[in-house]
Amino acid sequence: MTTTSPGAARATRGGSGKPLLSIRDFKVEYRTGSGTTVQAVRGVDLDLYPGESLALVGESGCGKTTFGLGLLRLLPRLGHASGQVTFNRGDGTEIDVLGLDGRDLRQFRWRDAAMVFQGAMNAFNPVLKIRGHMHDTMRAHTKATKQEIEERAAELLRLVRLEPERVMDSYPHELSGGMRQRVLIAMSLLLEPEVLILDEPTTALDILTQRSVVDVLHEVRERLGFSMIFISHDLSLAAELADRVATMYAGRIIETGGVRDMFYKPRHPYTLGLIKAVPPIVGDLPDLESIPGGPPSLANLPKGCAFHPRCKFATDECQEVDPPLIPITDEPGDAHDVACIHSDEVHLERRTAS
Amino acid sequence: MTAVSESPAVQGEGGKPLMTLDGVSQVFDTKAGPIRAVDQANLSINPGEVLCLVGESGSGKTTAARMAAGLTRPSGGQVTYDGQDIWSLKKNDFKDFRRSVQYVHQDPYASLNPTRTIQQTLTAPLLKHGVVKGKQAAAERAYELLTKVDLTPPENYLSKYPHQLSGGQRQRVAVARALTLDPKIIIADESTSMLDVSIRISVLAMLGRLRDDLGVGFLFITHDLAIAKYFGWRGRTAVMYLGRIVEFGPTPRIINAPTHPYTRALIDAIPEPDPDLTRTKNAESLRSLEIPSLAHLPSGCAFHPRCGQFEEGLCDGKVPQLVQIRPGQSAACHVVARDGADEPAA
Repeated sequence: MTTTSPGAARATRGGSGKPLLSIRDFKVEYRTGSGTTVQAVRGVDLDLYPGESLALVGESGCGKTTFGLGLLRLLPRLGHASGQVTFNRGDGTEIDVLGLDGRDLRQFRWRDAAMVFQGAMNAFNPVLKIRGHMHDTMRAHTKATKQEIEERAAELLRLVRLEPERVMDSYPHELSGGMRQRVLIAMSLLLEPEVLILDEPTTALDILTQRSVVDVLHEVRERLGFSMIFISHDLSLAAELADRVATMYAGRIIETGGVRDMFYKPRHPYTLGLIKAVPPIVGDLPDLESIPGGPPSLANLPKGCAFHPRCKFATDECQEVDPPLIPITDEPGDAHDVACIHSDEVHLERRTAS
Repeated sequence: MTAVSESPAVQGEGGKPLMTLDGVSQVFDTKAGPIRAVDQANLSINPGEVLCLVGESGSGKTTAARMAAGLTRPSGGQVTYDGQDIWSLKKNDFKDFRRSVQYVHQDPYASLNPTRTIQQTLTAPLLKHGVVKGKQAAAERAYELLTKVDLTPPENYLSKYPHQLSGGQRQRVAVARALTLDPKIIIADESTSMLDVSIRISVLAMLGRLRDDLGVGFLFITHDLAIAKYFGWRGRTAVMYLGRIVEFGPTPRIINAPTHPYTRALIDAIPEPDPDLTRTKNAESLRSLEIPSLAHLPSGCAFHPRCGQFEEGLCDGKVPQLVQIRPGQSAACHVVARDGADEPAA
C-alpha cells in the first residue's frame, strides 16, 4: 500500500504565523541502474517557521540527507524530487522551489537557503584559499565590491570565533576540522539566508571541537535569527539545538513535536528506541536498549508500517496499514504528531538525573 | 550526595596483571623533528578487566594500543604479557602472545577481505594456526563463533561476502574473527564509532557478554566518554591528552567525579539526550579552542594554553606527573595536586 498524504491540514505544525518553508507531499526518487526507481523520501509534510530550529533525526539510510539535498535542488542527476515546496520570502513573495530553474534557482540557493555539508574538507576547493571561496561566493550572487566582501567575510569569521587575518589566507588543508566547519558556517551565512540546512555539522569532530561548533551555532542563530533544519543521527545534539524534532524512518517522518515532548514523551516506538539507545554521560550506569535489526532497504519495504519488523509493539494490524502522521494533541502551539496505531502504549520512563 | 557506587571489580587488585605497559613511549621521526606520540604511559590490564583509553584524535590512543598489541616496538619502556617483556620473547612465544591479544579495528568496511566469504575469513586463522583439524571442524567452529556474536542463524551468513552485510554485521564478523584464536585480551580500537546509535548498543552488549562469559579482557579505545562509561563501568579508564595519561581511575569516578581540568572539560562538553539537562549544563570555559601540535608541545603541562585553571609559573614550568588525588584515582595536574579536588555536588 502506498502512503497516503495526510495533507496540509495535518502537516506538522509548530510555531505561529506563516511558515517560512512549507513542504507538502515531498518525494524523492532515484533511478537505479536496472531501470527501476527507488523512493528515498516517501511523502513528507513539514512546515518550518521563522527563527525555528528543527532537528531531523534517524539512523543512516532513512532519507535524511536526500531530503536536505532535495529541498535545495542539489540532488544528483538520477534523483528526482516531486511534491510542493513553498518558500515564503520576507518580502511577501512566494517561491515554488521545485519549479525554479536557471537564475532563479541560483538566487534561491545561498541567498534564501544555504546548506552546510557533512565532511567540511570536501566542501572546499583544495587549491583555493578561504579568501577565494568568500570572494567567489559573493561575486556569484551579488555585486559587492572587493572591499565590501572583505569586510563581510571578516565580520562573519569573527562571529564564528575565527581570526580573519589568519584564516582568509589559509588553504582548507591548513585548517583543523573544527576550523573548517566554522568557516563553512560563516560562508553559508555570507548572503544572510533565511534558512540554513546543516547536514551532520559536527559528526567526525572531537568532543571539544564539537562543543565549540555547537556554541557557535547557538550564538550566530541568536545574533542573526535564521531558521535551521539540522540533520543528525546524534539525538543528544538534537536535544541541545532543536526547538522541534522530526524523526525520519524509511523516507517518511513518523513523529514530530516540540523538543521536550519528543524527549520526555515520545509516542512512536522508533523515537523511543532511538532515545533509549543513547548513553547519557550524567549519572549512574544507564539501562540501554538497542533496536533490533536495521533500517529496511528502500527498494524492498515491508508491508504496512515500515517499522513493524523491528517493533516490539507490533500487532497483525501493523502489517496491513501504513499509518498516517496524525496529531495527538489539540493544544495550539504544542503540536505533536505521530504515525503509529499503538502510540497510546508507548511511554518513556526516564530516571531523573538530579 | 555522591551517586557513585563502588563495584567490587573496580580495582581488580590482588590478581597479577595480564599485560602491562611500563613507561612506554613512542617517538616518530619526521621532517619536522621527533614527535612524541606517546610519552611514558603506564597501564595494566588484569584478566577479564576492561580498561578504557579515552581522548581526542591525536592523543596517542591508537599508538598506545598498537604497542600493546605488539604491532610496533616502543621507543622506550616495556610491554609485558604474563610477566615477560614481549620483545624479548622467543619466536614461538611471541606467536603465542600475538594469538592471545587480538585487535578489532574501527572500520569494518576496510578490515575484512572483500574477496573472502565470512566462512573463509573465519576458518583461515583456525586452519593456519592449527586450532582445529580439517575443514569440517573449522566450518563447525566458524558456525559456533557466529552464534557467539549473535549472527544467527549462522548458515545465513557463512557464504556471504562482506559487501552483503551491514556495518554492524561486519563488525560482528570482525569480532568473531578476533575470537578464532581464543584471545585473552581484545583491543577494540573505536570499534563501535562507525555504527549507528541503535546498533552500537547491541554490539557493545555483545562484547560485554564475551567479557563476562569468556573472561576476555579489553583494552577499549574510544573518543566517546559516554561509550566508555557504558562499556567500562566496572573497569578503569585512562584519559590521554597529547601523548600523556592525564587522569586515571575507576570508570565511575572518572565520569562522575573527574579531577583533571581536561577530563572535566570533556565531560562538560558532551551533550545529553535530555533537553532540559543539556541546556543547563555549565561547560568549563577553555582559554583556547586549538589543540597544540605534537611537534611543538607547550612547556610544562601540555594542556596549560587551554586550561581555565592555568597559573603562570606553576603550569608552564614542569611537566606534571600522575599523582594520587583520591584512593585509586590519579591525575597529572599541578593545581589539583596542590589544592586537592572537590567532591562533585550531585
